[in-house]
Amino acid sequence: MTALLEIRDLKAEIAGKQILNGYDLTVKAGEVHAIMGPNGSGKSTLSYVLSGRPGYKITEGQALLAGADLSQMSVDERAAAGLFLAFQYPLEVPGVATMTFLRAALNAQRKKRGEEEMSSPDMIKRVKELAKILDMDMEMLRRPVNVGFSGGEKKRAETLQMMLLEPKLCILDETDSGLDIDALKVVSNGVNQLRSKDRGIVVITHYQRLLDYITPDVVHVQSAGRIVRTGGKELALELEETGYARYQSEAA
Amino acid sequence: MGNAPTTPARKLTDAEARLAEIFAMQQSAGAPQLAKLRTAAFDAFSKTGLPNRRDEAWKYTDLRALLRDVKPLAAPPEESAKQHARNAATLTGVASRRVVFVGGYFAPALSDLADLEAGLSVMSLSEALAKGDAAAMTQIGNVGEVDDPAFALNTAFMGEGVVIRVGAGVCVDRPIQLVFVAGAQPATYFLRSLVIVEKGARATLIESFEGETAQEYHVNAATEVVLEEGASLERLKISHEGAAAMHVSTFVASLAAGALLSDFGLNLGGAVLRNQSFININGPGAHAAMRGANILKGKEHADATLFLDHAAERSESKALFKSVLDDSSQAVFQGKILVRPGAQKTDARMMARTLLLSEGAQANCKPELEIFADDVQCAHGSTVGALDENLIFYLMARGIPQAEAQSLLTEAFVGEVIDAVENRSVRDALSALVSERLRTQ
Repeated sequence: MTALLEIRDLKAEIAGKQILNGYDLTVKAGEVHAIMGPNGSGKSTLSYVLSGRPGYKITEGQALLAGADLSQMSVDERAAAGLFLAFQYPLEVPGVATMTFLRAALNAQRKKRGEEEMSSPDMIKRVKELAKILDMDMEMLRRPVNVGFSGGEKKRAETLQMMLLEPKLCILDETDSGLDIDALKVVSNGVNQLRSKDRGIVVITHYQRLLDYITPDVVHVQSAGRIVRTGGKELALELEETGYARYQSEAA
Repeated sequence: MGNAPTTPARKLTDAEARLAEIFAMQQSAGAPQLAKLRTAAFDAFSKTGLPNRRDEAWKYTDLRALLRDVKPLAAPPEESAKQHARNAATLTGVASRRVVFVGGYFAPALSDLADLEAGLSVMSLSEALAKGDAAAMTQIGNVGEVDDPAFALNTAFMGEGVVIRVGAGVCVDRPIQLVFVAGAQPATYFLRSLVIVEKGARATLIESFEGETAQEYHVNAATEVVLEEGASLERLKISHEGAAAMHVSTFVASLAAGALLSDFGLNLGGAVLRNQSFININGPGAHAAMRGANILKGKEHADATLFLDHAAERSESKALFKSVLDDSSQAVFQGKILVRPGAQKTDARMMARTLLLSEGAQANCKPELEIFADDVQCAHGSTVGALDENLIFYLMARGIPQAEAQSLLTEAFVGEVIDAVENRSVRDALSALVSERLRTQ
């Protein structure tokens, strides 16, 4: 079976500076992978390269989503193909109502995939269900996207988008940053509901804490732009003990 | 906003010479009541002639250079123009009371003046003149002191328009919409309207201008508004002129104590558009909200020039103008706030924001403050920029195609000024107009 995400010897740069140095990663459907690593090891860069952020350039190697070469797709095409990046710092979009945004996103993806668009009443019903799971006030969703939201509210909103869009591959970039313990539980609960045999999830995190709630199948340690060690969920606990120092020196 | 002195020996431009000729011809005709006013206005105009870029108030819209010839004064419209006017599209979704003018002439058959609300009077300017509406006679040209050549020309040549009076305490819910549809032939239209909102009364006024012809035509429109004590008016002006049209419009308002003016102008098309507003805040506690939006393409040029004269204490003015400029279009914002001695506790704010969608587009912003009172709050600012790349990426990362992402963000940018429109059906119709305009190439 084709892997959901297949990254082979990927090298990427931003503004002429190489950040990813021969990255290899395979995520199969049904798996949850955690990528851990010190600050500056290129964890966010990986997520931006995969989602196609302007300025991030692949110089060598390949990244395939369900066998399709991501570098040949525009940002919105990647999303329609099933890639979802939950941002570390979700952006505020003044003047664009949340429901308008959600409808535009979902229906653009469906249209691109040749599927029928979701009607407004169905959409509102679905969003209400998700808001309940994520303990969000519908009143918040009548406001412009993320405007005036607290850090925790923004992460809930990201999770709601992810649950609505039902992507094949979810990449969660430091979703735990800025979350208090209650919000962490709620958001993790949402993510866990997305776990399925057809879906892959990549959790990028600095701390082990999030992995108490989202249990990974595989844990990777990233340093200096590539994966330097791979293990089971116990690796995360080990890192909590030993820290990243030895990986940083290894990479250097 | 005075005019620079001109050398007496200056040779008249062709357009100025033609205007003098037409004026001499019309003097014998026309309604006698206005003869004195017209003559004084034309004399005032003749002293300066057409304004040019050396006149500070017209620095970025050089009318003398732009107005190369004067199109003939409009003749009564052909049947085809009337037919077109029947389909006048602007704000069709709004259940407004329509007063339609075709090719500069009042079209009673297309207008709805039946069953006027009690206390509301609406009649064409010529009808008001014929009936000798004495109150209107004294107000026309006297709502504010405006020393401006384009307005003087309007006074000298005013043709048709409307006179509206909302009686004291009367609240008219149904918007009154003046629909001005250009004729098919090149022509000059001088339109003049007067609106008097008496003590404590309230109304919504829409002025929409449209033209489908590719021919060059010239509109010189002026609206004077008197807001008596505690009166309230929401005014919306939509300019959707033909591609070669030149549209110069003057808005003069006087606000008595506690009066409320909410004004929004939307420019959606026309070769040259100039909207100048002279707001006289004469009574304490009056409030003026002035907003505008330009959505321009090609070589379109729109100029919003605003003069806010605070002459009474505790008054407020808030101005917010937004421009979305594509291709090599140009927007001008000139705003002047004057706070006269004694106008203490004035709160005046002015902001112009421009979104450039193309490298060839241009924005000129010129705010001015002149303050003669010591206990006031005044602020102004302007920004010019492109769409935020990070936001475009965020929207695209959710599957929204680039063009759609840009449209959504651009609509959101304009939305801020539209959201402030109080009348809901008008607000929705305006949003739809903007959305349509942004999505057509």
